[in-house]
Amino acid sequence: MNALVPLVVLIPLIGAASALALGRRARAQRIVTVAALASVLAVGAVMLYVVDTSGPLVMEVGGWAAPFGIVLIVDRLAALMVVVSALVLLAVLIFSVGQGLADGDQETPVSIYYPTYLILATGVFNAFIAGDLFNLYVGFEILLVASYVLITLGGTEARIRAGTTYIVVSLVSSMLFLASIAMIYGAVGTVNIAQISLRMAEIPLDVQIILHIMLLVAFGIKAAVFPLSFWLPDSYPTAPAPVTAVFAGLLTKVGVYAIIRTETVIFPGSELNPALMVLALLTMVVGVLGAVAQADIKRLLSFTLVSHIGYMILGVALGSVAGTAAATFYIVHHIVVQTTLFLGAGLIERIGGSTSITKLGGLLKASPLVALLFFVPALNLGGIPPFSGFIGKLALFQAAAEQGTWLAWLLIGAGAVVSLLTLYALMRVWNMAFWRPAADVEGYESTLLDNVSEAPGENTMTETRTVPRLMIAATAGMVAASIGLTVFAGPLFGISSRAGENLEGPFQYVQLVFPEATDD
Amino acid sequence: MSVSLVLLIVMAVLYACGIYLLLERSMTRVLLGFLLVGNATNLLIIIMAGKAGLAPIVTDGVEAEQMTDPLPEALILTAIVITFGVSAFLMALIYRSWRLAKQDSLQDDEADVAMRGGAVALPSETSGIDASDTEFGTRAEGAVSTARDLEEDDEDAAADAATSSNDGGAER
Repeated sequence: MNALVPLVVLIPLIGAASALALGRRARAQRIVTVAALASVLAVGAVMLYVVDTSGPLVMEVGGWAAPFGIVLIVDRLAALMVVVSALVLLAVLIFSVGQGLADGDQETPVSIYYPTYLILATGVFNAFIAGDLFNLYVGFEILLVASYVLITLGGTEARIRAGTTYIVVSLVSSMLFLASIAMIYGAVGTVNIAQISLRMAEIPLDVQIILHIMLLVAFGIKAAVFPLSFWLPDSYPTAPAPVTAVFAGLLTKVGVYAIIRTETVIFPGSELNPALMVLALLTMVVGVLGAVAQADIKRLLSFTLVSHIGYMILGVALGSVAGTAAATFYIVHHIVVQTTLFLGAGLIERIGGSTSITKLGGLLKASPLVALLFFVPALNLGGIPPFSGFIGKLALFQAAAEQGTWLAWLLIGAGAVVSLLTLYALMRVWNMAFWRPAADVEGYESTLLDNVSEAPGENTMTETRTVPRLMIAATAGMVAASIGLTVFAGPLFGISSRAGENLEGPFQYVQLVFPEATDD
Repeated sequence: MSVSLVLLIVMAVLYACGIYLLLERSMTRVLLGFLLVGNATNLLIIIMAGKAGLAPIVTDGVEAEQMTDPLPEALILTAIVITFGVSAFLMALIYRSWRLAKQDSLQDDEADVAMRGGAVALPSETSGIDASDTEFGTRAEGAVSTARDLEEDDEDAAADAATSSNDGGAER
């Protein structure tokens, strides 16, 4: 069964190479890409089952034993992440196939889009299964370089501008990560995560804290934790809708995943947990206040994304089994729901011709189905019972209440308020874009006329564009998956709890790599 | 662990200059800053390898303690390749950005400007300095006399794209 582990990286990588070779044949390229992601999803599902029933999978690449060779580790957390990511990547891929077919691929140059997308998937999966800090860095770089290409896709002025912010910030975070790896190597003489964990306890506390802060800053930029979240709402909204959707769903979560590993394996029971809780609080509050102020749906969603990263950091910062389990559940929920909302925004853009709620109106009448596909995940993100958002928040609050410090109670209060404000922001979108009649939109006619005079022939089509069935189907599939998270919340929460138990203390993780080091 | 002071000073200077350049608005300087910071980080990894020694090849009479630590060198090789690829991408990005906006500096986000109440965000000095600073001048045509006409290239590319899409249509 260990042979399955490298497949999740190899399949998309080989798929990317084949897709690139098939550059001239769009149809074959699409088939290869869909097939590659579907098989990763299948492999991931098998792995999740195996890991959950008979224990984690550890693969020593090339047969070199642990501290010298590279290890790939799939425990419950990693397997769960792989499955959810593969599902989301596949759904967004189908959405983008639908959009690409409808647009005649003018916006997305077809020959590089699919290979780059698969390389992004490779990086994401590699980061999830890495048992080695440097391999984690390589995984991050693979997904970042692919994301640089995707975010500047088409090379329009707005995308280049937004992409530049994103790229420069990511470069800085990568350099910080690499520098932290160098410092950790200097301190403990290894880059194997399990061995680092064994040796880290022996070095002086102040050095530990410096290394810890460096890693947290590097991952915090990637995960968009306040105050390192400034780049996200600037750079995500301009990319094509499917690209934004997959970035929002996955890339920040890879950062959160790395933070979970840092907190549970490398620096367990850290002194920095209260500081992380304060950061979680600020991330939640600042993010949602940004969302309330926005008029553009994609920017608004980007701010809610930042805000909800705070919930996950809260779960991690609690440092308890319940906290980690709740954070795991919340990550799964948030990947699915946030992606669905961005896909919904893509549909709104298509039928309404804009993503600004000041210019949209009457969409409920124009397309009741799209309205439904936006409304359900909006309620879910806002934490309305019985959806998975409510279950995830409840689990987080319970875990925080168990800890019972005043800071934990403060975070519970803030979490409740933030969830209401999220609901307010999203319902504002709903009221403006879907609920109000088109006739109420101020300056509706005049903007249209202005656009027509500025760019004749360009804007007349936006009103009459139809939505391709494939886009609707992909979004509907994601909505169904998010409802599925609610219906099957019991089993899912079971897996999350067991994943949390796996992460109680570093010993279980270390034991996977070094079975003899059990005495610690 | 003993550390070479020279390497340490070089690393510090590279980091300082690199971070200074990274904070600039001019994209070319950001690229240079990235290269400096990248090299500084590689130096940091070298420093963390400890004292220099013999080549890490197992032969008779050479103890492990006398050898250089080979792992950091492997890490650096990977890091160099990544830095190389990313700088190539950055240069393409800068070129594209310069062709579109005809300037090297990064523009403010429109939505941010709008949120600030529509105030003009760029200080006037930015554009002035950049225009005279760059050796390309302000116009594409003035840069290299033998350069190909970009507009013409675009037309060619558009024509190519049109024919290829026609081919695609026929195929289907």
